[in-house]
Amino acid sequence: MENHSYIILILGMGLVSFIPRWVPLFFLSKRQLPPLLIEWLELIPVAILSALLVPALVTHGTPRVFAPFSIEMLVAIPTFVFAWYTKSLGGTLVVGMLLYWGAGMVM
Amino acid sequence: MSYTIEEGAGGGSLAEKSSLIQGLLAIWPICVGYIPLGLAMGVLGEKAGLSPLQVFFMSLCVFAGSGQFIAVSMITAGASIAAIVLTTFIVNLRHLLMSSSLAVHYQGACRKKITMLSYGIVDETFAVNLNQLKIGPWEIEKAIVASYAAFFSWVISTTIGCYFGRFIPENAFGLDYALTAMFITLLIYQLGGRIFVITAILAGASAVGLSLVIPGNAYIIIATLFAATAGVIIKKWSQAHGKS
Repeated sequence: MENHSYIILILGMGLVSFIPRWVPLFFLSKRQLPPLLIEWLELIPVAILSALLVPALVTHGTPRVFAPFSIEMLVAIPTFVFAWYTKSLGGTLVVGMLLYWGAGMVM
Repeated sequence: MSYTIEEGAGGGSLAEKSSLIQGLLAIWPICVGYIPLGLAMGVLGEKAGLSPLQVFFMSLCVFAGSGQFIAVSMITAGASIAAIVLTTFIVNLRHLLMSSSLAVHYQGACRKKITMLSYGIVDETFAVNLNQLKIGPWEIEKAIVASYAAFFSWVISTTIGCYFGRFIPENAFGLDYALTAMFITLLIYQLGGRIFVITAILAGASAVGLSLVIPGNAYIIIATLFAATAGVIIKKWSQAHGKS
């Protein structure tokens, strides 16, 4: 891609990435939020993480099909157990990667 | 290796430690996790015909893992600038919810710092900062340090990936699983009570269902909004019935 159009591309991408990150934090942090909204916002993180993770484990391809018996899902079970007991981000990262690597060689 | 969490909860002597060290202690696993991801992103960039300098500036201006992966694949496919920018917008729209969620914790913080922090909001930095906020005080300076350390790791590893990526074989050392393993742990951090577990199950199940019928990434936002709303309704309902 030539430099001129590439600069326009990344500036455009940067702008549309920044605005959704900036607007709520900048404006909502200056006013008292209603308690119900706070309770709702508290549930957003867990919902986002689950919505990002679960489809990645049990669906496959484009267009997506339901495939719950994947290597990803198989490795996720011991990885989940390890993460549950250790609560260690770094440790789980290493364990998950090694298990996935091993599973890929065996299967 | 779980000392970041325990120390964060400990307080005491930590109060004297600088924001810099505390921020770095909380974020280092994400920085490590970004190395394989960033290398992979750099390799794809190289395959799409981008120079290391172009990849560097994309990571610097955009800082969005999945958004950049999609953008690079669209560049490879010869998509128009407008189409790539629009897709990036849609993919990164979920940060709107994360930003709103952080606003609850940084009421009345300085506007310059708020703006700085907002630039560093991605899935991983958001989850780590939220986790720190849950276990104790987590000043905005620490959140900024943590977010920018991850940002730095991302920019460097994507650029290096573009230089050397072609020498790394596909799925070496299970690199492809790095993000999944991180999300599993970050999700577990959030499961602090029954209502959170219920919300997670609702979000996961509805996201799977929606992802099968809607192309693209819109299912993430729709499933999140649905699950959080249902979670609040269930919580209110059980509180009302528990008291009477």
